Amino acid sequence: MESKLITAKSEPLWNTNNRVISIVCALVVLLFVLPLFGLNSFYLHLFIMIFMHAAMAQSWNVIAGFSGQISLGHGAFFGIGAYATSFFYMQYGITPWVSIFFGMFISAVFAVLIGIPMLRLSGHYFAIATLLIGISFQVVFQRWDLVGAASGLWVTMTPEDSWTALQFHSSKVPYYYVFLIFFLITFFVVWLLSRSKLGYRLRAVRDDPQAALSLCINVSNYKIIAYVISAMIMAPMGSLFAQYILIIDPDRVFNIEISIIVLLITVLGGIGNVWGPIIGASILIPISEYSRIYLGGTGGAVDLIFYGLILMIICIFRPNGLISFIPKKILERKKQR
Amino acid sequence: MTSEIILQAVVTGLMMGLIYALIAAGLSLIFGLMEIVNFAHGEHLMLSMFSSFWLWSLFGLDPLFSIPITILLLAFCGILTHYFLIRYILKAKMLIQICATFGLSIFIRSIAQLLWTPDFRNVDKPLLEGRIEVGSVFIGQPQLYASLVCLLAFIGLYLFVTKTETGLALQATAQDRHAAEVLGIPSNKMFAIGWAIGLGCVGVAGGMMANYFFIFTDVGINFALFAFVAVALGGFGSIIGCLYAGIIIGLVESLGGLLIDPSFKLLYVFVIYLLVVIYKPQGLFGRY
Repeated sequence: MESKLITAKSEPLWNTNNRVISIVCALVVLLFVLPLFGLNSFYLHLFIMIFMHAAMAQSWNVIAGFSGQISLGHGAFFGIGAYATSFFYMQYGITPWVSIFFGMFISAVFAVLIGIPMLRLSGHYFAIATLLIGISFQVVFQRWDLVGAASGLWVTMTPEDSWTALQFHSSKVPYYYVFLIFFLITFFVVWLLSRSKLGYRLRAVRDDPQAALSLCINVSNYKIIAYVISAMIMAPMGSLFAQYILIIDPDRVFNIEISIIVLLITVLGGIGNVWGPIIGASILIPISEYSRIYLGGTGGAVDLIFYGLILMIICIFRPNGLISFIPKKILERKKQR
Repeated sequence: MTSEIILQAVVTGLMMGLIYALIAAGLSLIFGLMEIVNFAHGEHLMLSMFSSFWLWSLFGLDPLFSIPITILLLAFCGILTHYFLIRYILKAKMLIQICATFGLSIFIRSIAQLLWTPDFRNVDKPLLEGRIEVGSVFIGQPQLYASLVCLLAFIGLYLFVTKTETGLALQATAQDRHAAEVLGIPSNKMFAIGWAIGLGCVGVAGGMMANYFFIFTDVGINFALFAFVAVALGGFGSIIGCLYAGIIIGLVESLGGLLIDPSFKLLYVFVIYLLVVIYKPQGLFGRY
């Protein structure tokens, strides 16, 4: 019924500014060959963190940027993903390659369960509820003995590097490629989403729910769809992160800091824009990692001070994020006449 | 499970509830005025507890006597918040407003962590100490006085908003900013007053709680969450609703902790929140 009434067409893939496509392709190739130049493990770690956070922020971008619902507890899905792979690997020996999908599935189920009651509401109600959800997950996992309660899960180490167990001890290069590929997939999916009918409808829901409703867009259903997609993007990042550090505990993977940083990256880069999270992550993560190196001994929270400050400054002066510095005509597709 | 234990839990919950009510009232006042949820509310509470602590630790001033100073400091803090942050985002999208106050909360909390380390502190031997026994129920004196002072402050706030001229001007601004401006009520000034009063409430609550609560940099998070819930429960912008909502939350927290499992207190409150926003989204006393 809806598709008959709504005539917004998805844009064909090739309908993009050629310059943008060529820049992106060049960057992707560069990223793929970068480890061949022998980066040391700190730079590999830096890139891995950028990929991971860009993908996480992209997930937040789907729910907040496209459908306009602010989730302050997105770390919950990250934690679910992390726990899913570690738990199934340790308990049943299931390879992380499979349990990543378990994590996505569980996250999606939770997103539906949370979304059905909560997304009928909007604005502050949803934001506060998600804040509570994020902390509730942490509280529950801290006391859930099956998953190691507060001490968390220590993933059994394989003696050798192993692709089936997704553990590499001798080098970070395989992790680099795994994260890079997942980041590219995430980015591509969201890029497709932003140009699809679904993406247009989500933005209609964001910009004017009532007008969207009058066009027979089922507002709450679309919000739930966005929430589910967002959760399913977040969960694999948690899974990969768990494989990367191999020790997870509730305070680490359900930390409110995760929810904060995805928000910050997206708002910094440009909310509601596919490129925003990438710009945000590639600026913020180096700042964060370097400040941890140079100021790490002074109490720990120095990078958070910057985060808070940057967030406020961006909100006051550049509500559309850093991407608004780039002239529009570079990013826009070719005009079709 | 004897009735005495339940009675004890009810009294404890009631006392906590009055404190939640006052914290929530500040939040609700600010929201009612300019439709901005102050996500840094918990951090402001933390600041007020620390102000009370430092006045005690550096100048030997008992938390009971330093309350006026704490209130003034917090009111000043509110005006600063309005002047440097809020007035720029009044017309921004809701998303930006949430992000901005959220950024403020991260900023305050991490600055506090840097300056004061995340250690737990408490005020040693305050004037209010010990407990009294009423029937079979033990009531901690600091808790009792804290809740009474909060109740008094709440009544004062209510009378101020409903009876005084400034209070009525606040209400007018809350109802229709532009119409109020036409009638000669400067909305910018009203917003600043609203922030000062809203955070002043937090100052009272924090100052009284410094008597018996541990003081650390993350202390505000739980209180702020409960205040958010209380505001949603009472209805965004309704001040009297906060009183009932605060008491409900206090009771749910303590009775749930007693009857089921104390480590999941947050979850019971969360369930209440969900039920209310689903079945009565305008809250119990909301004007929306």
